[in-house]
This record gives sequence, C-alpha cells and structure tokens, in this order.
Amino acid sequence: MIKIENVRKSFGELEVLKGINLDVEQGEVLSIIGGSGSGKSTLLYCINAIENIQGGKIFVDGIDVHNKATNKDQLRQKLGMVFQQWNSFPHLTVLENVALAPQIVKKMSKEEAIEIAQKELKHVGLGDKFDMYPTKMSGGQQQRLAIARALAMRPDYMLFDEVTSALDPELVGEVLDTLRILREEGMTMICVTHEIAFAREVSDQVAFFHKGVIEEMGPPEQVISNPQKETTQAFLSKVLS
Amino acid sequence: MGSLFTPLSWSDTGFILTGVWNTILISGLSIFVGSVLGVIVGFARAESNKYVNFLFGSVLDVLRSVPLIIQLVLFSTFMGVMGSPLPPFVAGTIILSLYTMAFMAEVFRGGFESVNNSMIIAGRSLGMTYWQTIRHVRFPIGLRSVFPAWLGVALSVIKDSALVSVIGYVELLRTSDQLISRTQQPLEILIGVGLFYFLISYPLSVYGRRIERKHAL
Repeated sequence: MIKIENVRKSFGELEVLKGINLDVEQGEVLSIIGGSGSGKSTLLYCINAIENIQGGKIFVDGIDVHNKATNKDQLRQKLGMVFQQWNSFPHLTVLENVALAPQIVKKMSKEEAIEIAQKELKHVGLGDKFDMYPTKMSGGQQQRLAIARALAMRPDYMLFDEVTSALDPELVGEVLDTLRILREEGMTMICVTHEIAFAREVSDQVAFFHKGVIEEMGPPEQVISNPQKETTQAFLSKVLS
Repeated sequence: MGSLFTPLSWSDTGFILTGVWNTILISGLSIFVGSVLGVIVGFARAESNKYVNFLFGSVLDVLRSVPLIIQLVLFSTFMGVMGSPLPPFVAGTIILSLYTMAFMAEVFRGGFESVNNSMIIAGRSLGMTYWQTIRHVRFPIGLRSVFPAWLGVALSVIKDSALVSVIGYVELLRTSDQLISRTQQPLEILIGVGLFYFLISYPLSVYGRRIERKHAL
C-alpha cells in the first residue's frame, strides 16, 4: 500500500504540493489528472524519492520513503517508473536494455536476467525485437520497452508519468493497451495522464490536482462523469472539448 | 680526400626504424595515459561545482594554450636545474601525456555532459546506485558519442610527438634530421618521414571509421 500524508514540496519559493493526502491499496489503479504545473508529476517523483519533500510523509508498504535511514535504491526496486520520455539506453539492444538492471541491481545471472527480459518483452508485444537497437524503433515501441524494463525488476507498484504525452497520436493506443494488460493482471498503478477516457475506463480512483492540492477525488464515475467542483468541471470541459 | 657527406643507404634502415618505433612508443603511451587522466578529469569537471571547475579549467587552459615546444623545454630544463634531470623519453612522455590529457579532458567532459540527465534518472528509478548509473549508462553513452573527437586528438598527438625531438629524444623527426645532416638529401628523407607518419596514423583513422560505422555513431 502507498500512503501519502500531508506531503509538501517546494522548488525554491514555489510550493508545488500543498499538503497532499491519498492512499493507494494493493491492486488499485489511481489516475491523477490536472493541468500542467498542478504538481501531479512531482508527486510521482516524490513517491520514489527522486525528489525530496519539505513536509509530510510517504509510506510504501510501511517504509518511510523519505526517512534518512531508508535505503532508497532498494526501495525503488518496489516501484517501477515509466516516464514521458522513454529514455531507452541507446548503446544496448532491446534485450540488454531490459536485462541490465536485473543483472546489476538484483545480481541475477546473465541467463536468468535474459530469461526474464525475454518474458517481459513478449509481455509488452516486443517479442520479435530482441536484437534491435532502440533508436531504430518508434516512440510507442520504445515506451513499451521502458515498461518492460521496469517490469523486469518485478516491482510491486508501477508509476506512469504521462507516458503517452510525447507520442504521435497513432502510437498512443498500443501503449494504453499495454497498461490495460497490466491492469487486468492486477498490478497496482498510479497513472499521471491526460488521457481522460482511459482514466475513466481503467481507474478505481481518480484524483484531480489543481495548483498543488487535490481538488476532487473519488471513483471515475464521480470525478470524471459527474464532477462537483467548478475547477474540475472547467478543466474537463477544456480537455474533453 | 673522401667526402664529408655519405649518401643514404640500406644500412640506415635500422636507424630509421628505431625512430619510427620511438615515435609509436611515445605517442602510444601519451595517448593512453592522457586518455585515462582525461576521462577522470573530464568526469570530475562534468560532475563538480563551478569553483572546482574553475580550478581545473585554469590548469587545463594553461596546458592547452602554451605551445607544446615551450612546455617541453621549460619542464626539461627545470628538472635539470633542480638537480634531477630526466631522460628525454621520460620528460617527453610526462609533458606529452599532460598536454594530451588537457585536450582529452574537454572532449570527455563534453561527452559526459551530453548524456541527458533523464537517462540517469531512468537508471536510478530501476534501483541502480549512483555509481552503477555512471558505469552502465553515463560512461558508455558519453564515451561513444565522443569517439570521433577522441580520434582527432589522438591523431594530432602522433604528429605533435615530433616536437619531443627538441629535448633530445630520438624519434622519427630527430632521426631524419641527423640523416639529413649526414647525407644532404633533405627532399628524399622528408618525403620518406612524412610517409612514415602517414603510415602510423592512417591505420588508426581507418580503424576509427570502421568502429564508427559499426556502432553507427
């Protein structure tokens, strides 16, 4: 379970998260929507300790993420993360991209790591691309590679940061399909997304972020289909028009 | 009465080949040492704050701006005056290595800085430690991207190694100088020596092109 208690985060003078509270249960999918600058991506970075926080607490399976004594490298193995930019390693083949972290972080043997890498690449539909270099692939394929790379670490949670925002429209579908597969398999996920229809379809909860606070949160039927707050209504009418 | 000068003959081959070998030796060693130091200093520059960088930058600027020939003469003379003169090969290798390092450091710094930080964050998010991302992400990507520039510096070091002759190291140019004084056949000898420099550098440049193609840099 991921538990976020009154989290505050500032960049210099600018406070981007102003006391966020939310819980994500095992097997649950939470989508975070909101305008740019609302703090939604920053929250993901705080959950896996890429960014520090100025107040509050974040717990992942009871581990206090921002406690000085916490081994953050170890903690991150629980949290797979996929970014807007896919960041494939250009000097490695597709298979090596996925097999690298299991080998050097989890100290698996090369054979073991490759077996897992092959399995995860097939999982995301890249079973025929093992020996390709990622620079030769489309954005959608590279993004699925990034998902396979994160899954190969066998994380308990997946964090998706606007994973379709940098893609050409015709490539968005293949990445969302991959996320749907993970959802069906029961993966716990937090998706920061602009794909409102997708969020409505797959989420157990939707949180609408506005200026660093959660304006509205609840099941998608409520937040997306029947928003109560004016700010939520205004945002949705803008993105859905 | 015999002539003061004797023409070039086959018996000079051994002498010339010693010069060729000495050139290869001192350039190879300086490129190797200069590259290793260059990677370290370049990495330190890419990672450190502006004060450390200013310090490094100033030293590198001096090494890169003062003509190599002056550095060689000053260093060699200085060591002599201090009472511990160094053999020309040692003094030459030290200065040529530092000179190479000064250029390589900037080449490598550029390479390391060209690796997008988001790539490092992606590595960290997979649970890699800082040093693991350096070793498996930043170094391999950064080093590959600067390979053509590295090769350029290496090739110019081979040619610059001719300057080590001024402190008495008998490399290819010095060899030719002595032969010219004896034979008074400058044209033939200089053409031959030029050809030897070409023969030393050309395989490296061909090899470099092949690597570039292979990795599609």
